[in-house]
Amino acid sequence: MDFEKISDKVLIVEDFSASYGSKEVLSNINAYFLRNKVTAIMGPSGCGKTTLIRCINRLHELTEDTKVKGDIYLDYQNVFYMNPMILRRKIGMVFQRPNPFPTMSIYENVLAGYRLNGIKLTRREKEEIVENSLLKAGLWEEVKDCLHKKGNFLSGGQQQRLCIARALAVEPEILLLDEPTSALDPKASAKIEELIGELKETVTIIMVTHNIAQAARISDYTAFIYLGELIEFGLSEKLFTTPEDKRTEEYLTGKFG
Amino acid sequence: MRSEKAFRNILKISAVITTLLVILIFITLVLHSVPAIKKTGLSFILNKTWDPVQDEFGALPFIIGTLLTSVIALVICIPFSISISLILGEYFKSGIISGVIKGLVELLAGIPSIVYGFWGLFVLVPVIRNIQSEMDVIPYGVGILTSSLILAVMILPYSASIGCEVIRMVPGDLKEAASSLGANKFEVITNIVIPYSKSGIIAGIFLALGRALGETMAVTMVIGNSNFIPKNIFSPGNTMASVIANEFTEATGAVYLSALVEIGLVLFIITAIINYFGKKVIQHFEIKK
Amino acid sequence: MTTKYFIEKKSKLIFRIIKDKVFAAFLLLLAVIAVIPLFFILYYLAKQGIASINIEFFLQLPRPVGETGGGISNALIGTFLLILFSVLFSFPIGVLTGVYLSENREGKISSAAKLSIDILQGIPSIVIGIIAYIWLVKPFGRFSGFSGSFALALLMIPIIAKSTEETLKMIPYSLKEASYALGIPYYRTILKVILPTGTSGILTGLLLGIARVAGETATLLFTAFGNPFMNLNIFKPVNSIPLMIFNYATSPYPEWHKLAWGASFVLVIFILTLNLVSKWILKKFQIKF
Ligand SMILES: Nc1ncnc2c1ncn2[C@@H]1O[C@H](COP(=O)(O)OP(=O)(O)OP(=O)(O)O)[C@@H](O)[C@H]1O
Ligand SMILES: [Mg+2]
Repeated sequence: MDFEKISDKVLIVEDFSASYGSKEVLSNINAYFLRNKVTAIMGPSGCGKTTLIRCINRLHELTEDTKVKGDIYLDYQNVFYMNPMILRRKIGMVFQRPNPFPTMSIYENVLAGYRLNGIKLTRREKEEIVENSLLKAGLWEEVKDCLHKKGNFLSGGQQQRLCIARALAVEPEILLLDEPTSALDPKASAKIEELIGELKETVTIIMVTHNIAQAARISDYTAFIYLGELIEFGLSEKLFTTPEDKRTEEYLTGKFG
Repeated sequence: MRSEKAFRNILKISAVITTLLVILIFITLVLHSVPAIKKTGLSFILNKTWDPVQDEFGALPFIIGTLLTSVIALVICIPFSISISLILGEYFKSGIISGVIKGLVELLAGIPSIVYGFWGLFVLVPVIRNIQSEMDVIPYGVGILTSSLILAVMILPYSASIGCEVIRMVPGDLKEAASSLGANKFEVITNIVIPYSKSGIIAGIFLALGRALGETMAVTMVIGNSNFIPKNIFSPGNTMASVIANEFTEATGAVYLSALVEIGLVLFIITAIINYFGKKVIQHFEIKK
Repeated sequence: MTTKYFIEKKSKLIFRIIKDKVFAAFLLLLAVIAVIPLFFILYYLAKQGIASINIEFFLQLPRPVGETGGGISNALIGTFLLILFSVLFSFPIGVLTGVYLSENREGKISSAAKLSIDILQGIPSIVIGIIAYIWLVKPFGRFSGFSGSFALALLMIPIIAKSTEETLKMIPYSLKEASYALGIPYYRTILKVILPTGTSGILTGLLLGIARVAGETATLLFTAFGNPFMNLNIFKPVNSIPLMIFNYATSPYPEWHKLAWGASFVLVIFILTLNLVSKWILKKFQIKF
C-alpha cells in the first residue's frame, strides 16, 4: 500500500493495542495517516473507533484503568515520549456532542486554547485569530455580530462549528473528529461535511463515522475496524467499490453493524 | 376502593403534617417572642447590653459573637474544604486514596458536637491558653478563636461533601475538550471546573455557614460565655445558640424567656433563608446537568 | 501550515508542568492537614476513654462527688428510651411523607412538604429544643423524656423522609406497572411491592437518623433535662449519654471527667458503628436497576 511519498505520513500507528482493565478493545493496529488528507474510520458500534482516536492524542490517559501497547508516531516522533500538553495542542479534537465552554463567550471559546495554555496575545492578534478561525469553520458570517455573547443560544450545528473553530485556533497539524455530525440534523451535517473538504487544505483530518455514505463522500482514505481489529485500510474509492475482505463487504452492504 | 382512597389520604396527610409542623414551629416562635418584641422592639438587635437582672435585653453581643465565630470558621475551613472537594472530585475519583480521605471525612462528620466540645475544652483550650501567654494577651484559652477552630473542623465534612458533589457534576466532555487543547489539570481546574461550579461551591459554603450559625454544644463549651461584645478574637463571648443553651433553663420572668425565644426565632429565620437559597442553587445545578 | 501565534518557550512549558504538580501537591497537603484533628480527637478519646471503661462502667449508677468508680447505666438506658420513642414518633410520618413525595413529584403539597423538610433539616437543634419545651414541657410543668423524644423525632423526620423519597424514586416505573397489570390495587402495590423493594434504603435512612440524634445534646438540655438516677418513666426527666457528658465535662471533678471520657468513647463507637452498618446494608442489599 505505497500510495504516497513516505514523508507524507504525518501519523503512524504501529502494533498498537489498547485495553480497559482486562478487556482488550484494540488489538495490534497498524495504520498511517497522510498529510492533508481526510481519513475516515468506520466500523460497527463498540468496535473501538473512539478508543483509537482518543489514544492518538493520549486523551485515553484521562480515563482510569486504560492500558496501551505499541507506538504512535507524529512526524516520526513517538507520541508517548512527548509531553501530552504539546501533543494535544498539535492534535486537535472535536467530539460527538458539541461542547462549547458554557462559561465563556463565543470570542473566548475560540481563544480558549490560548487562555488554557497561558499564552498572552495582543488585542489585535486575538481579533485576527478569532476572525480567521471562525472563517475557516464557516461560522464568521453568522456570529460576527454577537461574538461576546455566550455560545449556548447557537444551534447544534453552529455549536459544533464553534468547537471546530476552537480546535483550529491553536493551529493543530491533525484534527480528530469523533462522529461530529451524529448529533446534528441533515442540513447541519451537510454544512460540516462541506467544511471538512475545505479544511484539508491546511490540516490532516481523521474522522470517525458511522455513516457509510458520509465516509464515501468526503474521505480520501478509509479504515474499517471490526471487533478491535483493523480489517481493511486503503483508498476510499477502492474500499467502497471493491473491498478485499469479506467482513468489509458485509458491513458495507448492511449485513451487520 | 375505600381502602385505596384511605391510603392515598394517609400519605397526603403525612405530607401535610410535616409541612404544618414547620409552620407551627414558626408561629410558636413568633407568638412566644411577642413579649420581648413588645418590650424591646428594634433595640433588641441594636442594644449591646444583655442584663436580665435589670430587665435589659440587647442581643447585639450574641449576634456579633455568632457572626465572628461563623465567619472565621468559614474562612479557615474554605481552603481545606475546596482542596478535599478537588482531590475527591477531580484527582482521585475512586481507589484507595479517595476511599481513605472520604472515610476520614465521614468519620469527622460522625463525631457528635458534644464530643468536639469536650475535646476542645480539655485539649484545645490549654493549647490556646499557652499560645496566648506567649503572645502576652489575657490567657483565657476559651473564646472566639477557639470556637472558630472547633467550628471549622465541624463544618468541614459538610462543605467538602457538597463541594465534591458539585465538582463531580461538571460535564466530563468540557474537561476533555480543554485537555484536548493542551491544558494540564491545573489549567482545566482553574479555567473550566471552577468557573462552571462556582455558584454551587458558593452555595455549599453558605449551607456550611448555616450549620455554623446554629451549632450549639461545642461552641457553648469553649466560647467562655461572656455577655459582652468580644474585643478581639481571643476574647470570650457568646453566640445566639450558646446563650440559649446557657440561660434557657434558668430564665425567670416572662420577658427573659421570651427574649431567648426571640433569639431562637432570629436563628430560625436566618437558617431557613440560607437553606432555601442554598438548596435552590444546588438543585439548579442538578437540573443543568 | 506555519505556526503564527502559538509560540511557547521550553522554559514556560516547564514552568507550567511545575505549577501543575505543585498545585496537586498543595491540595493533597491541605487535605491531609484537614483530617489531622480527627486523629488527635480519636487518639485522645481512645486513650482517656478505654482507661475508664470496665464492667462497672456499664452496670452501675454514677456515684456522688468524692467517691471513685461508678458507671453510666442510667444514661445508657435513658439514651435507649429516648431513641426508641423518637423512632416511634418519626418513622411512620417520615416514611409516609417520603412515599408521598416519591409518588407525587409535582403539586402544591409536594413542593410545600419538600421545602418544609429542607427547612426542618436546617433548623438549629437548640431551636427545636425551645419548641419541644414550649409544646411539651411548659404545659405539663416538668421536664420529661417524652418531650426529649419528640424533639429528637423532629430532627429525624427530614432524614427518614428524604432517604425514603430518594430510595423509592430509584425504583423504575415498570415495576409498578407490572404490579398494576396483575390487577393489584395501588395501596397494595406500594405496601407489598414498592416499600419492600426499598427496604434497605429506608432502613439506612433510619440508622442514619438514629446516628444523627444519638449524640444530640442541645435539644435535650431543656426537654429530657438529665437525671442522676435510674428512671424508666418516660414522663419524667431522663438522662442520656450526651447530656451526661456535658454535665460531667463541665464539672470540676476529675472523677466525673473520667466517666465523661468513657461515655464519649462509647458514644462515638456507637455512632460510627451505626454509620458503618448503614453503609454495609446499602451496599449489600441494594437492588440495582
Ligand atoms: N471507559 C471505559 N471502560 C470500559 N470499557 C470501555 C470504556 N470505554 C469504552 N469501553 C468499551 O470499549 C469498546 C470500544 O469502545 P469505543 O467507544 O471505542 O467504541 P466505538 O467504536 O467508538 O463505538 P460507537 O460507534 O458506539 O461510538 C466497547 O466495547 C466499550 O464498551
Ligand atoms: Mg464512539
